[in-house]
Amino acid sequence: MLNKLIFANLTHRPVRTLLSVLAIAVEVTMILTLVGVSHGTLDSTAQRARGVGADIIVRPPNSQVMSSLSSAPISDKLPAVLLQEPHVTQATGTVIQSLTLPESITGLDFAAFNKMSGGFAYLSGGDPVGENDMIVDQYYAQQKHLKIGSTIHLVNHDWAISGIFDGGKLARICVKLTSLQEIQGTQGHLSQIYLKLDDPKLADAVVASLKDKMPGYPIYTMQELTSMLSISNVGMLKEFIGVVIGVAVIVGFIVVFMAMYTAVLERTREIGILKAVGGSSQLVLGLLLRETLMLALLGTGVGILFTYGTQWLMKHMVPASLVQETVYFWWPIAGGIAIVGSLLGVVVPGMKAVKQDVTEALSYE
Amino acid sequence: MSEASVTAVQSKQAQANAEPIIRVRGLTKVYHLGDVEVAALRGVDLEIARGEFVAIVGASGSGKSTLFHILGGLTPPTEGTVVIDGKSLAQMSNAERTNLRKTTVGFVFQKYNLLPTLSAEDNIKIVEYIGGRSTDFTPEFQEVLRLLGIEDRLKHKPRALSGGQQQRVAIARGIVNNPAILLADEPTGNLDSQNSAAVLGVLKDLNQRTGQTILMITHDAEAASYASRTVHIRDGRIV
Repeated sequence: MLNKLIFANLTHRPVRTLLSVLAIAVEVTMILTLVGVSHGTLDSTAQRARGVGADIIVRPPNSQVMSSLSSAPISDKLPAVLLQEPHVTQATGTVIQSLTLPESITGLDFAAFNKMSGGFAYLSGGDPVGENDMIVDQYYAQQKHLKIGSTIHLVNHDWAISGIFDGGKLARICVKLTSLQEIQGTQGHLSQIYLKLDDPKLADAVVASLKDKMPGYPIYTMQELTSMLSISNVGMLKEFIGVVIGVAVIVGFIVVFMAMYTAVLERTREIGILKAVGGSSQLVLGLLLRETLMLALLGTGVGILFTYGTQWLMKHMVPASLVQETVYFWWPIAGGIAIVGSLLGVVVPGMKAVKQDVTEALSYE
Repeated sequence: MSEASVTAVQSKQAQANAEPIIRVRGLTKVYHLGDVEVAALRGVDLEIARGEFVAIVGASGSGKSTLFHILGGLTPPTEGTVVIDGKSLAQMSNAERTNLRKTTVGFVFQKYNLLPTLSAEDNIKIVEYIGGRSTDFTPEFQEVLRLLGIEDRLKHKPRALSGGQQQRVAIARGIVNNPAILLADEPTGNLDSQNSAAVLGVLKDLNQRTGQTILMITHDAEAASYASRTVHIRDGRIV
């Protein structure tokens, strides 16, 4: 019976109900989209790193796992030195030029890279031939409307698209190593080095051995590197997500507070009627709490649907810049956050309703 | 059960039936409006027997609505004794007064006070729900609905009902939990003469057919004429 009354109350003011649900939905969408983009970006980075086919990565001294590498402090003689190490069968270096986040151009030795990774899977075109040639993955090509033969101006340089490859390997934008070194003025230097071993199971041992010989160089197995690509390892991302969640809770609180406060004012007489016929304070409070819970659950459901909308928009408008994953285990967390914010919002209106004098409420016009 | 114990139980029941269902002694109610004290009731004594239909008649400001609110457990008395169906209101907490309204007293208000979002049927059923009873109407109550002439209007929301129909739904709501007393506050105050006569006829019929105790507050002498007894109140005193 109470559910019937709750449903009747919600449908009696459809615009207010709709706005409340939408506001809570936006709150849930904010959280899920941010978390989805964070996970998507990190996972796609990890996927591209795994696609290289290397077992070990050597990074420049003082670099962080998630720092963008626009410098090239490693000598290009080092790969040859590392090839002398036991179990190292291949070594190739890259240089990286950051663009607007999260994009970057990677310069690589295509022959060595193809040997290590098996080469790019081209959807059209092929490896760069000239110094101005560039290859991009299909997401970047889609986002920038690029085709074979298109030109694109990046780092004060005009590039001709020579190949569009299936994404998921190394980077989204690649050029010849020498071309990027010349533009950067980093001839003879590298940003990082990939190593392939004769037996991947020996990666930990080889890393330990290399660390002894190259103190100060961050050296990781690829498995270790990809496992470190998490939200807690990205500077301030965890805090940023916390701030967004805090804002979302405040938004939910304010919206529900206003909606339920006006609802309690508007329903003063009805609350008086319920009390007059024997409805207890718990019943009145329970009614408001359940109504709010219903709004929060509806808002969560709509918010999850909206998240698919944002995912679709990113996939079709900025597929290279933003990758949004559906992070299922965050659904109940986002829902819980929305419910907590909403229930906090109904506390004051609820207490107001409970304290209403019955005779005054019945005479309320 | 032995013959002696049956006789004892019957005697106890007879005694209970002989007891007035409402007994008020020296009832006063003082409101504080800022620093000013306003005495709405000044020592009211009143007894109403089980099964009576009593009209409390008084002009505006006479204290009749205050008496209605106190008897209904909507507001506490300042002083005096109020016993309803054997329960003393004077020492009742808010929760106990809520329980009284749930189990012992039914209300009919001047402005009907139906929940606008619910159908007529659900307005009645929610009172059954609050009273902790089954929300299925009994055959006896179906008969009451027929008597009230609203059995074919139950699916409608209050706004789709006339004033007279709304008041009859309110009467049905007031008696659905078989309260000891039905309190009606100016039940015809918002109705035209035709609907007034119909509603008052229903209350009288209800009283005569089912023995429902009814206490009606009114300023209208014609409405009071439907009651079996009239009590006049003036300046907070029974006269």
